[in-house]
Amino acid sequence: MAMAEVEIKQENLVYARPCLLTDNVMHYCPGCSHGTVHNLVAEVIAEMGLEGKTVGISPVGCSVFAYNYIKVDWVQAAHGRALAAATAIKRLHPNNMVFTYQGDGDMSAIGTAETIHAAARGENVVTIYINNAIYGMTGGQMAPTTLLGMKTATTPYGRDPRLNGYPYKIAEMMAHLTGATYITRQSVHTPANIRKAKKAIRTAFENAMAGNGFSMVEIVSTCNSGWKLSPVAANKWLEENLLPFYPLGDIKNETK
Amino acid sequence: MAEKDVRLMKGNEVIAHAAIRYGCDGYFGYPITPQSEVMETLMEEKPWETTGMVVLQAESEVSSINMVYGGASTGKRVMTSSSSPGLSLMAEGLSYLAGAELPCLVLNCQRGGPGLGTIQPSQADYFQACKGGGHGDYHLIVLAPNSVQEMNDHVALGFDLAFKYRNPAMILADGTIGQMMEKVELAPQRPRKTDEEIRQECGGWAAHGKGDRENYNIITSLELKSEVMEQNNIRLQAKYRAIEENEVRYEEILCDDAEYIIVAFGSSARICAATVEMAREQGLKVGLLRPITLYPFPSKAIAALADRGVKGFLSAELNAGQMVEDVRLAVNGKAPVEHYGRQGGMIFAPDEVLNALKEKLIK
Repeated sequence: MAMAEVEIKQENLVYARPCLLTDNVMHYCPGCSHGTVHNLVAEVIAEMGLEGKTVGISPVGCSVFAYNYIKVDWVQAAHGRALAAATAIKRLHPNNMVFTYQGDGDMSAIGTAETIHAAARGENVVTIYINNAIYGMTGGQMAPTTLLGMKTATTPYGRDPRLNGYPYKIAEMMAHLTGATYITRQSVHTPANIRKAKKAIRTAFENAMAGNGFSMVEIVSTCNSGWKLSPVAANKWLEENLLPFYPLGDIKNETK
Repeated sequence: MAEKDVRLMKGNEVIAHAAIRYGCDGYFGYPITPQSEVMETLMEEKPWETTGMVVLQAESEVSSINMVYGGASTGKRVMTSSSSPGLSLMAEGLSYLAGAELPCLVLNCQRGGPGLGTIQPSQADYFQACKGGGHGDYHLIVLAPNSVQEMNDHVALGFDLAFKYRNPAMILADGTIGQMMEKVELAPQRPRKTDEEIRQECGGWAAHGKGDRENYNIITSLELKSEVMEQNNIRLQAKYRAIEENEVRYEEILCDDAEYIIVAFGSSARICAATVEMAREQGLKVGLLRPITLYPFPSKAIAALADRGVKGFLSAELNAGQMVEDVRLAVNGKAPVEHYGRQGGMIFAPDEVLNALKEKLIK
């Protein structure tokens, strides 16, 4: 049977463009994980019927323009301060769904204090944490998550711990905090992983709406331009290099 | 008619009571001397049990101003308070608040600097408050209370102006006003705005969840297209011109026949009011012009006094000479303008200012 003969009906429809995505052309580079993660966030919000109640907080970095792509109210926060803004919004609007969308530089370098303390307080918000081990928007500089030996614009000879220190795993750190109840690490580099990541995002959003504490979904992501790799090569590099250091799966799950 | 609610209170305590009674939705702060009584009083009053006001101790001033940014983004009436070093940490946040055109109220209960400086009163943050502080071309609306009563009154005035212009407002007090106890008449309790009221009043811009709106709202100060960003700046500047045109507030004491004018704000103005009395007893025609709004500055009122033939102006400030620059700009060379100040937490006495006036101007 030729492909053209398959009629798409509600029964056999497995995937459609999320209704909460705008028609704007995404500015992300081909192969970048942001587009896929945006799709998943938009799908989860729509499926939970939270479109009218959701406030997203976009960071400083490539995903600063997340507000151009997902049709909910957005607040653009200063670099690293998304979880401070989210804290106030959720406390002033306890029935709203409040989430931040942050990169590794934003969340685990300049925003470490805001991140740790929002989790420690057990704020009922969700953070989507894009970890691609590099600063994308500013042109590929070292991130706190950059692997040892990895070449970036500010580690041109590779990250040397004596010079640049060691990478750290903020998810594992946050898992020690009583206020953080759901900490998980996912990726979107294969269809199977995309499905798992979506389930994790849904779990996090449900955890926040249940008032059960702080949730974070880390997505180990690609940055083709920063890594200087094609989309296919970047997915392979992620699997061979990032995942051994940033293993996937739930780090803490106290959801009810 | 209900009886007046008159109390004896510290300026900082009054800020807390005035915020609750105004119907403030949220306070986010971090302890720092000499203003910690603001949050302490709020925590003691537990307004979340009465008006529903949120009170939260943040992990830093960086965080508290960004909590204010978040809260203000949703159309709620939110505030913070701090003292000088804390305001330095908030500078980025204030620039974002001004850039994203968000209303909020910030108290700076000034102490002496630079650096960690001292916990004693100072007015050395005039430049920081009135000339920017953070990056970019922006202004805060700056109010300068000279009494505990005005600490109370400026909470309502600050919030009203902030929402009228969608711009952050600052109460620029100092350790003297914050710590001293005076009689104050508290305003009656007003209800907080309901979510529905906020949705109606701020639904055109606030990000509190789309609800039934067709469009979704975005709070941002970012615009990468320079030609659009220039228009955003021009819009902000037009707003500042309107504020300068409509919101100047000042007080004149014995200025009508004065040959010499002392210009002083906040706690300095209280001291200089006594200087004027002292001068008049000695037959010297001295008056006091007290800016109540530091931005917008009462330039026209000062220019009018210079035009009338005032022989000299003395800007008396607890700093090394900051407001004096704005006085000079207003006088525009028509009369001599001098500065007298004490620094590092020291406060001048009325006769000290009078001596300075005589030495520098009357001669």
